[in-house]
Amino acid sequence: MKEIAIVGYQQSDSRSDAGAVNEVEMIMPVLERTFAQVGINNAQDVDFVCSGSCDYMQGAAFAFVAGVDALGAVPPIKESHVEMDAAWALYESMLKIRMGHADSALIYGFGKSSPGELPIVLSQQLDPYYLAPLWVDTISLAAMQARMMLDQGLITERDMAEVVSRSRRNAMNNPHAQLSGDMSADDVLAQETYVSPLRKGDCCPVSDGASAVVIATVEKAKEWGVPYALISGISHAIETHNMGMRDITDSVSTRIAAERAGMKAGKVDVAQLYAPFSHQEIILTRALGLGDETSINPSGGVLAGNLMMASGLSNIGEVFNRIISGEAERGIAHATSGPCLQHNLVTVLEKAEKA
Amino acid sequence: MSQPEILNQAFELGYTYTRSTGPVVGRFLTGLKNRKLVGIKASDGRVIVPPMEYDPDTAEELSEFVDVGEQGEIVTFAWVKEPREAHPMNEPFAWAMIKLDGADVPMIHCVAAKSESDVTTGARVRAVWADETIGFMTDIRCFELV
Repeated sequence: MKEIAIVGYQQSDSRSDAGAVNEVEMIMPVLERTFAQVGINNAQDVDFVCSGSCDYMQGAAFAFVAGVDALGAVPPIKESHVEMDAAWALYESMLKIRMGHADSALIYGFGKSSPGELPIVLSQQLDPYYLAPLWVDTISLAAMQARMMLDQGLITERDMAEVVSRSRRNAMNNPHAQLSGDMSADDVLAQETYVSPLRKGDCCPVSDGASAVVIATVEKAKEWGVPYALISGISHAIETHNMGMRDITDSVSTRIAAERAGMKAGKVDVAQLYAPFSHQEIILTRALGLGDETSINPSGGVLAGNLMMASGLSNIGEVFNRIISGEAERGIAHATSGPCLQHNLVTVLEKAEKA
Repeated sequence: MSQPEILNQAFELGYTYTRSTGPVVGRFLTGLKNRKLVGIKASDGRVIVPPMEYDPDTAEELSEFVDVGEQGEIVTFAWVKEPREAHPMNEPFAWAMIKLDGADVPMIHCVAAKSESDVTTGARVRAVWADETIGFMTDIRCFELV
């Protein structure tokens, strides 16, 4: 089986409101920087392109097709799309390469969440008969999950505040972060509750932005002559849409995905976990059995900027960055979808033997 | 130069089909219209409310309906200080997972309460019906503390 590597990653700034900038205008600068990093000219120089976005955020069916304008798709290219975080577009691209249909792929994700009311927009991904008509928002669902954990003594509000504090401090080293600063757990606890028991700090912000990754076979990466990191495993698993039938204090599907992706085969130096709410980072850390030897969310994670449909892909890119810089030898990137960590994808990245 | 004829066609945006909710969801929604709550037995015997068509663990088709009570217990909740425009209540309220009497799996709905301190995990609640029930989830206007 051909080994697959990541050769490039770029992300836009995470902005609370991109203003008049449209999706194509958000994507294009990111793609240009990605092409420059890999040393290619444009999308014609890769065999496959796959994107991740959500039409509900743009409020129009097939809105994602406009994103292709960012590529300049003439002459025709081989292109696909997932109505999911672009981490799943990377998964599709891996399959395309594994099947021998491509040697390289460009993956991009984008989301402009600011024009709508994101927590309400996302309520429409729920059961169409039992929940969508109630317009129960994502923050309230996460708040119920957090209270269940607090009630059962699995976490304290201070544990949650410490996650927020670490996120904001780590984000001070992330030039694309939206929220960063020297915030202590006490500062977080001093905030009043928002959707109780959550405070504003416990919740990811609403963000606009895009990110892109290029993957290729190791042969192709060597031909391009750029630094690369190996993708040694990738897997995803989903739980029932009925939240009442899930143990929402745990993330069974994350654990299954990590096992299948081979996370346990070596040390995990760095983990980028997609936790839109502080208590969910604790759920994920425990579900994965990560300990002190693992640096968690060194980018600040999505509490510092949540690019819907792109942050899962960015997590993969952030781990890639730390491997090619020599900061880490092996790491995992996590992406999530659905309410309260319903669907989870885990990617394992490793340093190449000899780049 | 003569103006070209402009072609017109009336267009109404809408769904030109109706959709059956089927024997399971439909049974629950019909129950709501009649102010009754019904659940379904999962493969392992747990009673799920609202009923699901398939067991999420075994994928078995489910068909054994069970009547459940209109009172239940709060399993967990979120307190909404500032309701959003789309929310079903205009005053501060709670979202809750509620395990109805006779059910094993909690359902999500809203709970009316004066203040956050009135709501607790384990509190008893009762369904409040809409003035007119039409076979829709919002036939349960909300739950209230007992």
